[in-house]
Amino acid sequence: MTNPSQSPIVIVVSRSLARVIQLFGIYVIIHGHYSPGGGFQGGALLAAGILLLRMTEGMEGSQVELPTALAMPTAALGALLFAVTGMAAWIGGGNFLEYAGLPIPGVEAVWLRHYGILVVEVGIGLAVTTALVSIFDDLVGKGDHG
Amino acid sequence: MVDFIHDNYAYWAIMLLLVIGLYGMLMKKNLIKKLIGMVIFQNSIIILFVTAAYKWGATVPVVDPGRSTDEIANYLNPLPHTLMLTAIVVGVAIVGVGFAIVISIYRNFQTLEEPELLERMK
Amino acid sequence: MKAYNYILLAVFAGVLLYATLHLPERGDVNAPMHREFNEAGGEVAGNYFIRNAYRDAATPNMVTVVLADYRSFDTLGEVVVVFAAGMACYLILRRREEA
Repeated sequence: MTNPSQSPIVIVVSRSLARVIQLFGIYVIIHGHYSPGGGFQGGALLAAGILLLRMTEGMEGSQVELPTALAMPTAALGALLFAVTGMAAWIGGGNFLEYAGLPIPGVEAVWLRHYGILVVEVGIGLAVTTALVSIFDDLVGKGDHG
Repeated sequence: MVDFIHDNYAYWAIMLLLVIGLYGMLMKKNLIKKLIGMVIFQNSIIILFVTAAYKWGATVPVVDPGRSTDEIANYLNPLPHTLMLTAIVVGVAIVGVGFAIVISIYRNFQTLEEPELLERMK
Repeated sequence: MKAYNYILLAVFAGVLLYATLHLPERGDVNAPMHREFNEAGGEVAGNYFIRNAYRDAATPNMVTVVLADYRSFDTLGEVVVVFAAGMACYLILRRREEA
């Protein structure tokens, strides 16, 4: 599965399809406030886009999308973004993850919570995308000569 | 009788899925098939929660300007949906770890059949 | 051994089917989960979420508000679980190559 596909049709179609899937994944993350969606679902869609290229272009050819060595550090970054957003609420006098205490002046508490949720969802999306890609790379990557 | 079936058929289908999942985990000798049974079991519990969260006359928990949020009969309870959303993600993580363990077993013993594994572990 | 497993499966199926007879009917508005107060007399959490989610966070999707605001500590743990699963696969499958 790590070798690139021999058929040019498969590669061309999967390249254009992967962009549509990734765009839809970003839409699902950003639009999670108004319609069913959010970080987990959008992250799974973004990972699906990358995994499609991993299967058709091969492990070497799709390293440009997300290098295997960079996957787990980015997942840690996503979880850290979540935790740091929670800690930033301490500055404004709130509890951990109480977004109304985020230190942004001139924004009402309701909208602080609105944008706090958005930042947290992006963190979740980042973590889920890269963790799924990393699991796939570990399962498939070097299985034959391990 | 028709009412009884209408009120309960969803639960019967879910219980059937649970039994199929347990059958896969108990009776199949291949570790991959056992994992498939586990996934069926997991997903049937997710469907059970989503089914139990349904109520007649209510809509999905996304605010609709035409329906008042003060009247709880207008919206489904969002808590089971949230819990199952996180359960799905944990399920994917469990399947990933399960496959990792299965692959490392295959590398060590060159088989996934349970009787052969027990034989080679002696 | 195989006969015992079939008996176990049959007993499991029987217990589950017996349990469905006592579950609230599907879509029953008066099920304990959809009532105003639960069996112990406390308020049902879901009703609070339905009434206050839009007021608290200006977000129409209640599931998102519950996920990322009311129960955000739970979700933080969830993200750590996904991260831990990725680390577990990394450690299980890549250790052998170095040895």
